Amino acid sequence: MLVNHDVTNMMENIPDEKFKIIGIDKDAEAPSRPRIGYWRDAWRRLRENKVAFVALIILLILIFFIIFGPAISGYEFEQIDSDAINQGPSAEHWFGTDDLGRDLFARVWQAGRVSIIIGILGAVIASVVGSIYGGIAAYFGGAVDDIMMRIVEVLLSIPYLIIVILISVVTDSKSLGTMLVALTLTGWCGIARLVRGQMLQLKSQEYVLAANALGVAPIKIILKHMIPNTIGMIIVAITFDIPGYIFSEAFLSYVGLGIQPPSTSWGALASAAQQNFMFYPYQLLFPALMIALTMLSFTLLGDGLRDALDPKLRK
Amino acid sequence: MAKFIIKRIGYMLITLFIVITATFFLMHSIPGDPLAHMARNLPEQTRENYYEKYGLDKSTPEQYVIFMKNLLTKGEMGESLRYPGREVTDTLMTNSAVSAKPGGMALVVGLIIGILLGIVAALNKNKWPDYIVMFIAILGITVPVFVLASVLQYIFSVKLMVLPTTGWGSWKNIVLPIIVLSFGTIATYARYVKSNMLDVMGQDYILTAEAKGVSRFNVVKKHVLKNAFLPCMTLLVGQVSGIFTGSFVVEKIFGIPGLGFYYINSINDRDYTMIIGTTIFAAALFVFVQLIVDIAYSLMDPRIRVK
Amino acid sequence: MEKDKILEVDNLNVSFNTYAGEVKAVRGVSFELSKGETLAFVGESGCGKTVTAKSILRLLKPPFAVIKPESKIICNGKDVLKMSEKELCEFRGDEVGMIFQDPMTSLNPTMTVGNQIMESLMIHKKLDKKAAKEEAVNMLKLVNIPSPEKRIDNYPHEMSGGMRQRVMIAIALACNPNVLIADEPTTALDVTIQAQIMDLMMELKTKMNTAIILVTHDLGVVANFADRIQVMYAGEVVERGTTKEIFNESKHPYTWALLRSVPRLGSESKEELYALGGTPPDLLLPLNHCPFADRCEYCMPICKECKPKETVLSDTHKVSCWLMHEKAPKVESFYDRRDK
Repeated sequence: MLVNHDVTNMMENIPDEKFKIIGIDKDAEAPSRPRIGYWRDAWRRLRENKVAFVALIILLILIFFIIFGPAISGYEFEQIDSDAINQGPSAEHWFGTDDLGRDLFARVWQAGRVSIIIGILGAVIASVVGSIYGGIAAYFGGAVDDIMMRIVEVLLSIPYLIIVILISVVTDSKSLGTMLVALTLTGWCGIARLVRGQMLQLKSQEYVLAANALGVAPIKIILKHMIPNTIGMIIVAITFDIPGYIFSEAFLSYVGLGIQPPSTSWGALASAAQQNFMFYPYQLLFPALMIALTMLSFTLLGDGLRDALDPKLRK
Repeated sequence: MAKFIIKRIGYMLITLFIVITATFFLMHSIPGDPLAHMARNLPEQTRENYYEKYGLDKSTPEQYVIFMKNLLTKGEMGESLRYPGREVTDTLMTNSAVSAKPGGMALVVGLIIGILLGIVAALNKNKWPDYIVMFIAILGITVPVFVLASVLQYIFSVKLMVLPTTGWGSWKNIVLPIIVLSFGTIATYARYVKSNMLDVMGQDYILTAEAKGVSRFNVVKKHVLKNAFLPCMTLLVGQVSGIFTGSFVVEKIFGIPGLGFYYINSINDRDYTMIIGTTIFAAALFVFVQLIVDIAYSLMDPRIRVK
Repeated sequence: MEKDKILEVDNLNVSFNTYAGEVKAVRGVSFELSKGETLAFVGESGCGKTVTAKSILRLLKPPFAVIKPESKIICNGKDVLKMSEKELCEFRGDEVGMIFQDPMTSLNPTMTVGNQIMESLMIHKKLDKKAAKEEAVNMLKLVNIPSPEKRIDNYPHEMSGGMRQRVMIAIALACNPNVLIADEPTTALDVTIQAQIMDLMMELKTKMNTAIILVTHDLGVVANFADRIQVMYAGEVVERGTTKEIFNESKHPYTWALLRSVPRLGSESKEELYALGGTPPDLLLPLNHCPFADRCEYCMPICKECKPKETVLSDTHKVSCWLMHEKAPKVESFYDRRDK
């Protein structure tokens, strides 16, 4: 605190120069903390969030295996070996084999490709469509906004999985494309609502009004103020959506509406392993573990991203 | 207020109408003949009778009109294609009665435990109860329902042998299904309630209450809880949906003759009338739940009520 | 002339533990409050006045906020910092009431206005529901809310900003506390409503003989209202005195800057409004010199090296500035400039 007592003692001994008026030192650089840009700051915050960071690492590891796994294993995922049926994990087959003697390690990672692709593509497509839709609704406002949002409301009240099942049944095709269409058909509604809400809120924010008052062109306002503030939210939404899509795909495959052999996904693997669960639990365990890990990591990462990208939490 | 309710009911009816129509036309747009593989070996006359019986000799729009008439006046949706003689509506009633037991109880259990855990986590932020609750919550969100069901079945039915694997009839049969089905709800509510409570606890009016000298216990009880719970009502719809879809899996694994079980079967059997019927039933259920939640929410939140 | 001292704060030090380190928000603040007196804390945002006010009721939450052990707060003879949770709850609302800045967010949106007033009454005065309701209606009358019997069942969102602030006042004064702490009560309101609320507070002050601590950044609000003023900067008190002394005889350059910033009706010149340049110091850093040195036009080398002692100018008027030192040159004060 103070060095008061020292000064009192020194009262008489302070040299006169100390009392010359020098006023405000205009050149003095206030020792302030360095300014960091939005994205750099977000990245720093994300790194600090240990949980989210670990999640990110796990995801990167998973992706690595998904890409290189089948090659590493030395087996083809479709390779049938009738001598090696239903074997448990061993040095030869790290995850064991299934009922046709196929190496599970290779199959799990091969399946991962399908599951992750569906997850990411589904989320991204839905988000892009939803963002554009929401942006348009917010931009035009008024009656256009009203109608567009009514449509979204009606679509949202229809249970998502039912539509998916319906589409799958109707088109009777189990290809990747069909699944994606089915999954994203109503998936974009949630994001549309979020983006529209955010844009509307931004429109009336003070800094947008300020920019307007300063004479900034509307398109510049949209590009420089509204979109950057919404992108963070969209990224977070995508990250949170991905596990949902992975799960939906797994679920569909499980009830028989998804990917068909020989091509496979984690859900399909789990479904096939279901019958044998009592005897060969590992066959279900590995795909299930992968699904759980992936969903978990994306969720935790999403949590971390949301905290990192929230401009109000900037320190 | 009444205007609000009427508006919501209006939306509900419109949505239902759209769903029913869309489902109907979608299903009828499937190329090929629904009766084809069944009727393959039948003599010509019987075949014709069948087609007539199911109205398949008429054009799709005509069938639609007949369908709607039957639905609205008699509440009937025709007969099962796979099992002729079985009324779709009757089957739905029976099956849903079965599903409602574990489903309904799972919802209640999930709500109660989820909310309790959420409160515990919020009040003990960053201490061990918080971490445990969050761990459970994360498990519930990420572990797929069929994995959970299989694992639990393995542990309790096979290894420990305390509960039956499949079957229906005694209370023992619903224990595992309830646990599995409620897990997702517990997880979702725990997370949501915790987050909401923390939000509310950071609000200015909580400071006012404390400045008045209200004890911590009462601050939570009288000020935090009500404000934190209100938004949780909106989650209900998603939970019902989740439990419903979860039941597909659970009923199959535990051999429960419920709605989900038969739905999967009808899908695999291509029993189109059953599929249409079940889909419409499920959609109606959700839309109805949504309506109830909307109305209840507006009744409870004074900010909306007065309008 | 021994006035009853009801609140004594000595060497209050409050810090916040942030991710970047310890932020010393309040550094050695001391003051007293006597019965029926009005003391104003004046200073810009972030100077520590709200933190000081909240500390009196211990509303800041450890472990994030910490009131350092060398601090002392004695109210009505009781040591506030040593009170148990139970004693604290009895103390708050009953002996000291507080109203907050934003009436919109400071009232529970799902609870009627009446219930919020009654809550205080039922806890401290042990009234039953019926009696509490009657008393609540009385309180609403007291704060000049029309048709109080009807209004008592209103929800906050059904009232205007001014009315909500009146409700806050009613809640705070319901149990007739000795001290009312008003944290920027008019900042969130329109100017005309501001005047109404300040008038109301004047009226109540006289009626109920409540001592008031008014926290504000607006000198204009203080002029007709406060008995004494303490000017705060960067967590410290730089000058204190009676209202007259501060307005007419202040000695601290920061006080001068504040006075200069008040636009004057009828001033002839067309010069720009005065705004003090620079920003307050970073409270993370230890400050062993005068906190205002970087922004002071009369800054001297000694100002950047040592903290000034508190100079006593009168019983009530004290200032912490090196300009008071005998070796310091005479400078042109705010009054000299104004009267030129």
